[in-house]
Amino acid sequence: MTDRRTPLARARGLGSAKEGVHHWWMQRLTAIALIPLVVWFAISLVMLSGADYQVVRAWIGSPLVMVMLILTIGIGLHHGQLGMQVVWEDYTEGAFRVVMIVLTKFLAVLFGLGAIVAILRIGFGG
Amino acid sequence: MSVANRPVHRPLSPHLQIYRPQLTSILSILHRATGIALAVGALYLALWVMCAMSPAAYAHFQSFNTSLLGRFVLGGWLFSAFFHLCNGIRHLFWDAGYGFELKDAYRSGWIVVGVSLVATIVSWIVGLRLI
Repeated sequence: MTDRRTPLARARGLGSAKEGVHHWWMQRLTAIALIPLVVWFAISLVMLSGADYQVVRAWIGSPLVMVMLILTIGIGLHHGQLGMQVVWEDYTEGAFRVVMIVLTKFLAVLFGLGAIVAILRIGFGG
Repeated sequence: MSVANRPVHRPLSPHLQIYRPQLTSILSILHRATGIALAVGALYLALWVMCAMSPAAYAHFQSFNTSLLGRFVLGGWLFSAFFHLCNGIRHLFWDAGYGFELKDAYRSGWIVVGVSLVATIVSWIVGLRLI
C-alpha cells in the first residue's frame, strides 16, 4: 500500500532525538506552573524563618500547604531534571552523559517520592 | 600547496580573549547557572520536608541552615529562585514571539536584574537577616 501521508506529516515530530517537541513543551508547561508556586513558596519560606519545629510541622501538615508543597516539589524536580538533561547533553558525551542523565532522573524521582511520603505522613499524623 | 588551499589560522569563535560581555549574554549564562543551582536546591527542599518528619533530624538540618554557610546557601537559593523566575518569564515571552528587538531584549534584561535584586534583598532582610 502506498503511503498517503504528506512529507510534512512524516517529518513532523521527528527531530534529531526522534521525540519531537515533547521535552521542550514539558519544560515550558512546568515553567508556567512554577511561576505561582515559586512565588508562594518564597513568601512562605521568608514568613517561616525563625519558626520552631512544631510551627513548621503544623504548616506542612495543613491541607492547602500539603497540596501546594507536593505540586512545588514535584513540578520543581520535574522541571529541574528536564533542564539538567539539557545541561548534560550540552557539555558531556558518551557513556558518562548517559549515566549522568539516568542518575539525574533517578535522583529526581527518589527525592520527589520521599518528599511526598514525608508530607503525607506529617499531614495524616504518622 | 596552492595559496587557496593553505590552512588559514583564524581565531575560533567566540574569541573569549577579546569577547566583550553584554547584558544579554551574561543573563543567559546566569540563567543556566542558577538553573543548575536550583536543580540541586530542589533536592535540598525535598530533604527539608523529609527531615521535618522527626524532631531530631529537623534540629540537625536547622543547625546547618542557621550556620554561616547555611545562610549563604539559603541566600543563594533565594537569589537563584528570583532570578531564574524573572528571567524564565522573559524566556516565555520570547517563546511566544515577543520582545526580540535588541532594544526590548535589553529593557527586559534590566527589568529582570532590577526585580530579582530587589526581591532577593527584601527576602534576605526579612527572612534571613543577612544584612
